[in-house]
Amino acid sequence: MLQIILFAPLLGALIAGFLHRIIGEAAATWTATGLLFLSAALSWVVFLTFDGVTQQIPLLTFIESGRLAVDWAIRLDRLTAIMLVVVGTVSALVHLYSHGYMAHDDNFRDGESYRPRFFAYLSLFTFAMLLLVTADNLVQLFVGWEGVGLASYLLIGFYYRKPSANAAAIKAFIVNRVGDFGFMLGMAALFFATQSLDFDTVFAEAPALAETRVTFLGMAPTAANLIGLLLFLGAMGKSAQLFLHTWLPDAMEGPTPVSALIHAATMVTAGVFLVCRMSPIYEFAPVALMAVLVVGTATAVMAATIGLVQSDIKRVIAWSTCSQLGYMFAAAGAGVYSAAMFHLFTHAFFKALLFLGAGSVIHAMHHEQEMPNYGGLRKKLPWTFAAMLIGTLAITGVGIPLTHIGFAGFLSKDAVIESVFAGDPEWTFWAILGAASLTSFYSWRLIFLTFFGAPRGNPTTHDHAHESPWTMLVPLGVLSLGAIFSGMIWYNSFFGKTDEVARFFGIPYVAASEAPGDDHASDGHAAEPADVARRAEEAHDSHHGAFAGLPGEGALYIAPDNTTLDDAHNVPKWVKVAPFGAMSTGLLVAILFYLIAPGLPARLAGATRPVYLFLYNRWYFDALYDAVFIRGARGLGRLFWKRGDGAVIDGAINGVAMGVVPAVTRAAGRMQSGLLYTYAFTMVLGVVLLLGWVMWRAAL
Amino acid sequence: MAPDLILILPEILLAVFAMAALLVGAFGGGDIRARPILWGVAAFMALVGLLVGLNPPAVGTAFGGAFTLDGFARFAKAGILLGAAILLLMSEDFLRRRGLLRFEFPVLIALATLGMMVMVSASDLMTLYMGIELQALALYVVAALDRDSPRSTEAGLKYFVLGALSSGLLLYGASLVYGYAGTTLFSGIVAAAAAGEGPQLGLLLGLVLMLTGLAFKVSAVPFHMWTPDVYEGAPTPVTAFFATVPKLAALALFARLVHEAFGAIAADWRQIVAFLSVASMFLGAVAAIGQTDIKRLMAYSSISHMGFALMGLAAGTEFGVQALLIYAAIYVVMNIGTFAFILSMEKDGEPVSEIASLNMYSAIAPGRALALMVLLFSLAGVPPLVGFFGKLYVIRAAVQADMVWLAVAAVIASVIAAFYYLRIVYLMYFGAPREGLDGGMAPAQWIALSASALAMVLGVINLFGIEGLAAAAAATLAGA
Repeated sequence: MLQIILFAPLLGALIAGFLHRIIGEAAATWTATGLLFLSAALSWVVFLTFDGVTQQIPLLTFIESGRLAVDWAIRLDRLTAIMLVVVGTVSALVHLYSHGYMAHDDNFRDGESYRPRFFAYLSLFTFAMLLLVTADNLVQLFVGWEGVGLASYLLIGFYYRKPSANAAAIKAFIVNRVGDFGFMLGMAALFFATQSLDFDTVFAEAPALAETRVTFLGMAPTAANLIGLLLFLGAMGKSAQLFLHTWLPDAMEGPTPVSALIHAATMVTAGVFLVCRMSPIYEFAPVALMAVLVVGTATAVMAATIGLVQSDIKRVIAWSTCSQLGYMFAAAGAGVYSAAMFHLFTHAFFKALLFLGAGSVIHAMHHEQEMPNYGGLRKKLPWTFAAMLIGTLAITGVGIPLTHIGFAGFLSKDAVIESVFAGDPEWTFWAILGAASLTSFYSWRLIFLTFFGAPRGNPTTHDHAHESPWTMLVPLGVLSLGAIFSGMIWYNSFFGKTDEVARFFGIPYVAASEAPGDDHASDGHAAEPADVARRAEEAHDSHHGAFAGLPGEGALYIAPDNTTLDDAHNVPKWVKVAPFGAMSTGLLVAILFYLIAPGLPARLAGATRPVYLFLYNRWYFDALYDAVFIRGARGLGRLFWKRGDGAVIDGAINGVAMGVVPAVTRAAGRMQSGLLYTYAFTMVLGVVLLLGWVMWRAAL
Repeated sequence: MAPDLILILPEILLAVFAMAALLVGAFGGGDIRARPILWGVAAFMALVGLLVGLNPPAVGTAFGGAFTLDGFARFAKAGILLGAAILLLMSEDFLRRRGLLRFEFPVLIALATLGMMVMVSASDLMTLYMGIELQALALYVVAALDRDSPRSTEAGLKYFVLGALSSGLLLYGASLVYGYAGTTLFSGIVAAAAAGEGPQLGLLLGLVLMLTGLAFKVSAVPFHMWTPDVYEGAPTPVTAFFATVPKLAALALFARLVHEAFGAIAADWRQIVAFLSVASMFLGAVAAIGQTDIKRLMAYSSISHMGFALMGLAAGTEFGVQALLIYAAIYVVMNIGTFAFILSMEKDGEPVSEIASLNMYSAIAPGRALALMVLLFSLAGVPPLVGFFGKLYVIRAAVQADMVWLAVAAVIASVIAAFYYLRIVYLMYFGAPREGLDGGMAPAQWIALSASALAMVLGVINLFGIEGLAAAAAATLAGA
């Protein structure tokens, strides 16, 4: 069954890509879509029937070279199962959606065939992504990792007649390359330290890695920290984290279904998946884990602030994605990998929903993407409006505080925030809480600007605005269900009591009576005496035993001294309410700015112009990179090109080829006079030369 | 005496056949019989070639050591005979259309071939000279075959005068060697050279003079001056013959002489050969660039290729000889194909040899243009064609013999040489259109062209097993 899940998209890609001339465009694209739905349905079967025991299904021997032996095998554990449903579901829905969205496209000429190519790329992407999540070793994961990178490149640059799309595609590829370099170094370090890249072998070695010190760039970190940091560098590139995030907003040049699938729900979460997958390593790498937490938090804040002022509807959502990915990393960095996976899971639904909703708006508005040209679309696009509203309610985290009832984002984001509170240091909690209110503000701003108020921009466009076809609305409906219910249904599995989480992820578990729960509570968090004191007061039944087992057992590894999950359940009440407060603040400000007093934002922007420009120009990251890396590299390249290659190499070659050689050719031509005595004389000269040479040598 | 005659049987057969053909021509109606004689000679030579190449290895020496039939000689003889047969067949159409098809032509070619067979079997200075003169005399005459054309007679005369000069040098060298060694047998010379102490100037001077005589035959710089003029002036079939078979024979004789007669003083002749090699490679490459006539261009091309072949010899090793044989064999095949094309070049019934007439030839005859392109790429040594492997072998031989400088020089020379081969390809496919060639191609020419082009591609697989044959041949000469 897993083989079918994995290879059905590849088959779809091949059929759509190569056979569409034979079987026709419609047949090819619908076949690809059908195969994706098959894959998605089977993924759900696997997810719901999976018993938590890790399975490995070997497919073939991949590489054997010296001590490096890599098999191609499918690894099925809870992490894989979660990713399977996320990837399968969103991909299948995006395929369906694309039938409507891509039906007509002004970027291509009449009669030009582009749909089969689009579907082939989408299916190829899905295959690569499934390859990534089912990997049983890092090499296989890396193949999928690069495969999704390739598909992303192809799809961002799908409108290849647009220079900006090509530039964005190349940018995405190159920025990812920086991260991939870290990834490859990490793999090399791991192989250097353990002589293997198989997850099982590597995870079993994890405790030893914490003891080993390696010299790298003049420092001597532990092997675990080094590997963790290097792999995280790869994750930062793929998941658009701070410093390597600049490609993601530009990636919005691709068609909107692509943004929903690749740049919101699946590919960009691969970095989070990688960190969770490598949890046995990270549990022994405190420095790397701290880096994950700090970078995640910083990204969450940075992206949220930029999202406040952007006007392109897709870019707002892109920055929102960037920010939400920061949340996931923050949770993983705090040591609660299950919360990170939980947010990944719910985020896939509501972010894909928002993107596809935005796509529906863009479709209706004839590819107008600027929100200042929207307004009052509520009545024209009732279904889209409803879907976007649900998505916004989910992402901003609307729910009933202190209960487990609410939209998906309410449960998962609160889980993240509580986890961060339970971890160190405290400023990360406040930062991420602040980001939550920013999230709320920009998300509602999007809704208000798009669907409320008076129509702005080109009136004809507004007149022609129409609701999208069923192929686009059905995915919106399905994703809405996910955005509403996925949090409530799986809350306990991802972020419930320790034993439930342990069962869900197949982690060995020690019951409360056996576990020395209080011991590690006191030594684990001595820095927070108040916390310890509070927990001492609480009833014993609030502690649910502890994770046990060795690294590599179960889908996640949580070290015995990592009690953050447990602590997160026992945070003060005000912490549990805080996210709701943050959300409400953002909502109220958004209502004030965009419904009650629409002139206020412009006045505020005018009053704080430097801040506004700083945010509007995306913290000047692009300008900085342009000045340092792009100009620098271009200058260096120009130096080598003009001076090195042009002047020295070409100069020498051309000098010889155009100066020396023709001169010799002319001389040889003159020598060839046609006169017999010249020829004879030359021969005699030759003889004399050779005889002289021989005699000179003999005389020596 | 009988065993001696068996070893020399192929030569006897060819000699008798040539005489018979001459009689048939002289008394059977003259040029009317030219065609059957040509076909007969070609068929007979091919037959003898197969006989020599395939018969069980009856090896040994004859006539008191003056004549040697060994693996090396058999390899060279088979190549010479088959090459000559193919060239005769290719030429027939050209000669007939120009009214040059005289019955003497095939007979002279047969006699020249006979001389070459003697050359490659020579293991005595007398045999050596006899072989050289026999082939040279025949070739002087065919160079002037078109006796009504001033250029052809000029070519014949130039070739004759310069050839006489080189023969004189060779004879002078041979007499010095004889004077020093006291014997004309190669085996005796090598023993005398090995026995001597210190520099043996007399022997060395004899060696140098003999090498210059042979260098003339392979048209190595600076004894190459005759080549462009003779190639251009002689009728194309004669040029084609000059460029291929005699080169193979001369190279083989060169290898036999230096290894069998002067193997003991290899250090001395290796430097001379290396000099000849470098000078030929570079001059051939550079001077060809300025040519506008394809026959002259092929002359310089052959000079350059001889430089490469001599590089294998300069290595002075068994592998070097193997590389030389492989290179020479590949060179012959490539040139047969290329000349088959040049033979077919005509416009309004007149032979044309201007390179510019090939402009946009690909539009006129795509198949021929493609085959010629393959051959030119192979001549330039572009991988993966067979010509590349020939160069690879000789360069490897040089590197293995610690002559890296020679290998580097060879690579640079081949880069320069690539220019003029590629220029022809460029003209054929992208040149400025003008009134190009017309006229068709005789079946024999077309077969030779396409077969040799095909061989350049298919030979990549195992070089048609020539590598093993050449290795065995080289082992009998330079081994142990």
